[in-house]
Amino acid sequence: MKRIQTPSKPVRRGWKRRAGRAPRPRPRNMLFSENLKIALRALRANKMRSVLTILGIVIGVATVVALLSIGEGATASITSQIQSGGSNLLTISPGRMQAGPAALSGGSQQASHLYYADYQLLDRALTTNISDIVPVYQASYTVKFGSESFSAPTVGVMEAHKEVRSFEMADGRFITEGDNKSQTLVAVLGSSVAEDLFGELSPIGKIISINGLKFQVVGVLEAKGSSIGSPDENIFIPIETGYNKLFGESAVYNGRKTVNNILVSVTDEKNMDTVSATVEYMLRRSHELKTSDELDFNVMNQSDTLETLNTVTQTLTIFLGAIAGISLLVGGIGIMNIMLVSVTERTKEIGLRKAVGATKNQILTQLLIETFTLSLLCGVVGILLGVGIALAFSVSGLISSVITANSILLAFFFALIIGIFFGLYPAFRAANLHPMVALRYE
Amino acid sequence: MIHVEELTKVYQMGESEVRALDGASFTIQNGEMVAIMGPSGSGKSTLMSIIGCLDVPSSGRYTLDDVSVENMDETRLADVRGRKIGFVFQQFNLLARTSALENVKLPLTYAGISGRQRDERAMKALERVGLGQRTHHAPNELSGGQQQRVAIARAIVNEPAILLADEPTGALDSKTGVEIMDLFQSLHRDTGQTVILVTHDSYVARHTERIIKLSDGRIISDEKNPNPIKAGAPRMEA
Repeated sequence: MKRIQTPSKPVRRGWKRRAGRAPRPRPRNMLFSENLKIALRALRANKMRSVLTILGIVIGVATVVALLSIGEGATASITSQIQSGGSNLLTISPGRMQAGPAALSGGSQQASHLYYADYQLLDRALTTNISDIVPVYQASYTVKFGSESFSAPTVGVMEAHKEVRSFEMADGRFITEGDNKSQTLVAVLGSSVAEDLFGELSPIGKIISINGLKFQVVGVLEAKGSSIGSPDENIFIPIETGYNKLFGESAVYNGRKTVNNILVSVTDEKNMDTVSATVEYMLRRSHELKTSDELDFNVMNQSDTLETLNTVTQTLTIFLGAIAGISLLVGGIGIMNIMLVSVTERTKEIGLRKAVGATKNQILTQLLIETFTLSLLCGVVGILLGVGIALAFSVSGLISSVITANSILLAFFFALIIGIFFGLYPAFRAANLHPMVALRYE
Repeated sequence: MIHVEELTKVYQMGESEVRALDGASFTIQNGEMVAIMGPSGSGKSTLMSIIGCLDVPSSGRYTLDDVSVENMDETRLADVRGRKIGFVFQQFNLLARTSALENVKLPLTYAGISGRQRDERAMKALERVGLGQRTHHAPNELSGGQQQRVAIARAIVNEPAILLADEPTGALDSKTGVEIMDLFQSLHRDTGQTVILVTHDSYVARHTERIIKLSDGRIISDEKNPNPIKAGAPRMEA
């Protein structure tokens, strides 16, 4: 059964329009969605130009994301390498804490020394909270085996050095207490040194010459990887052998044996500050420093080292980011350039749009939506590309990279702002074109 | 109805002033078909842009359907153009890489007409100019005459009071030009559309019922043409 239309149904609103040329309703502002459609249609109608326009910014965004990720990755890998060296290690070195402009002016700087006696003093004084304390003396000498000959840092150490620095043996044994007592001529090689001297041969038992003195190789260390202070490039000998047979006068100052570093391995990370304070107190006394004097040595722990390195990598990351930022800026100028060309090329079109009733605001809105859409596209495509590059680096094992939300957001909004900023001028220029002049433009 | 009185338009060209229009007055009633004629530099293009609300006069009065438009700002002029004027240009001025239908819909979009109505009305306009079958072709897939038909469809889609054509046959061969003139005449005859042709060609001008001649910004004659040439009829050689 057919439903009968109820009389209460309202009269269709459009009926008036059919009665000839009566005034048509015309909203003061065209709907935004209409303007969006016009802008997208214009972009689609000029695909090649659109692609060229976004290319610069896409590359900029990709660079920012990739560089920041790689910088982030480098920081992470350096941090983990340092921490693998033992995080409870205190390193005592001679010299004032060199920080700030005072270190540069240097007028009152004088060579200061740590003595073997300082080590002996600390060894006696530090009875709790530490597991080991060892002195280190290091100097570079020419090393020879067969026809191979090069200069290598030679480090005088004690048996406990292996524990303090968490060394692993690849072959043979480390320096022992006995070696030191009897001042034997034995050497332990870092992995790179062993490879450079012996290649495929087994070094154990071989005799090498250090500064003309014959040493027997008794051990080779596992590779630690190339980080700062890596043992891979070093040769280790008993420190007593060194003082008595190799180092000579250069290891003596004012008739006292000197050391380069004293390493203290603390049992618990919580006690680092306590131990560090004890060390400062003892050495201050033994160096006869007045309370007003600055320390002529410094005590560094792993977290200090980390902090220093983090500052370096952060600077590096900012530097890389800035370079990428410049490429974004150049990309932005590219957008302006192409939008200007596009506005000039479309002068007639803009004139025509005005002739058929487009207002200044509608033209302005259309062009701004066009640049906004382009910038948005730049951001998305650039981020995908940048993440791709970063991942490619990671997967290839070349450089590890860590992609952070921060770097992505930064690049994205930077692209958006640059795109819109550089799109404003061409849009205003187009909107202000006189319709008659625009229509006549050839 | 168009009523202009003592229209002048002065352009500043560096140091000197150029009087493109110098006191033009006339009235064009609804439903007339008029030609504005003159050599280049006579001020006819300036007059056309003022009548078409693309520009405002330096002085003088212009009322369009009893509304004074000489002092309107840009936004209101855009509104008047959108509702009352349909333009046809010598070079067609269609949007490239955009279908005929989309081109015709353009004025409706700016007039804020809803989507479905736009399609219907644009189709009707295209059928009216005889292009109902080629609505999805882009301008570069159409001949010159077809492109001008699309432009005419775009001009009439808003049912404007005035159809303003600037040398509409200037870029066409004579045979196609005759077809376009025939289309203007039939639009005028069938719907009582006011048609104003701006041209330098007296043969084109003689297709209309009234010829206003301009020279140096002044009207030098304004005469009825009792026997307009009928487009499509064999041309009489003088």
